[in-house]
Amino acid sequence: MTIITGSCDLNHRSLHEFQLSKSIAHFAGKVAPSSPAQKDNLFKDIEHLVRLAAVMLIALIAFIVLRAAVVPHSFGQYGHYRGAAVGEIASRPIAFAGHATCEACHTDVVDQKKQGKHVVVPCEACHGAQAKHADDPASVTPAKLETAILCARCHEANSAKPKTFPQVATAEHSAGLTCDTCHQPHRPKVDTQPETKPATEAKK
Amino acid sequence: MDITRRRLLMLLPAAAVAWKYVQAGTPEASPNYKVTEHWWAMLIDIPKCIGCGSCVRACAEENDVPEGYYRTWIERYHVADWQIERPEVESPNGGKQGFPPNEIGGKNFFVPKLCNHCADSPCTQVCPVGATFITPDGVVLVDKSYCLGCRYCVQACPYGCRFINPKTKTAEKCTLCYHRITKGLTTACCEVCPTGARQLADLKNSKDPIHEFLKTHTVQVLKPHMATGAKVFYNGMDGSVR
Repeated sequence: MTIITGSCDLNHRSLHEFQLSKSIAHFAGKVAPSSPAQKDNLFKDIEHLVRLAAVMLIALIAFIVLRAAVVPHSFGQYGHYRGAAVGEIASRPIAFAGHATCEACHTDVVDQKKQGKHVVVPCEACHGAQAKHADDPASVTPAKLETAILCARCHEANSAKPKTFPQVATAEHSAGLTCDTCHQPHRPKVDTQPETKPATEAKK
Repeated sequence: MDITRRRLLMLLPAAAVAWKYVQAGTPEASPNYKVTEHWWAMLIDIPKCIGCGSCVRACAEENDVPEGYYRTWIERYHVADWQIERPEVESPNGGKQGFPPNEIGGKNFFVPKLCNHCADSPCTQVCPVGATFITPDGVVLVDKSYCLGCRYCVQACPYGCRFINPKTKTAEKCTLCYHRITKGLTTACCEVCPTGARQLADLKNSKDPIHEFLKTHTVQVLKPHMATGAKVFYNGMDGSVR
């Protein structure tokens, strides 16, 4: 055996190629050829490479098909996320109808509110979510409100509230009477109380 | 055709794929809404907030927010004299039932908080599966069918606006009432605010009153040094607000 001391020489190369073709033949289950004519033919067992290429091609096709099935169609529609999710979130039903919806029917309450400071207070701030009532006004009626709790939520005195905002200490202010004894919530100033309740207001 | 064991095994994966599409259905469209024509923001006028908690209650009702979790909440700040760097902040039950009376000196005010719908939001950047994203109209949303519940986004949000829903085990946050604003309504919190302290704003709509407000007022965003591109603008915000 030649001992290689420098950079690759002829002996080294032929030895390497011999080992390579021998190992390919070993995989194919054939006896390593000993004839010098066949020794340098790298592609004599080309069928194995074709098989390997076929396996890789099948794997690639399987990956593409599986990916198409697994990744939602809308993924990437707007960015790196499922585009259909935007529509799904937008399709959630609403709970609060919005004051414009209320005002379409309760015009008399709107007129009354316009005479007082509560004109800026939206209906559902006190009356709660009323989308179901707006959808079916006959069968879904809003519950009667507890003014003792509701009025205090905004008007109970608190040093963190703006100084210009009307505040009272409820315990001292009304001597135990509920707020709506004196104040009509839609037009709260005491000296401008209406004599009758608006027609569209629920009978209580 | 007889259903043999082999045929059944071949049919099952196909049926599973088909069922996924059946379940997904077609979402209800908002036909007149174009995502490219809006860029949503919110304006919060701190001197107008009375801490009534209407927004917190409305948000919970509109979005089925679980008890003890908040997509929006109100903080009460108490800044004693000389203590601007050390404000005392409290938010009992998120301010849902308002705040107990406190007759104390110093500076006291309310700060409503919610998702800032950042244009460069840290929470969407860390999501490993593309479950959270910013829509073309500037709203940060979570796709709960994609979310793994890994909590990366909960940790990434500098404003503490995210939580894991205890029922679905997925990340949840303010959607800016996306189901309302795409139908031409305002958000539930803005709808019920009795003093107009919260206002939804569309920055792409030149007729929106926000533009005049921004011109004539000095507004801030929370944690501007984090460069998140926050779109919830605070008017009259004290320097002690964190």
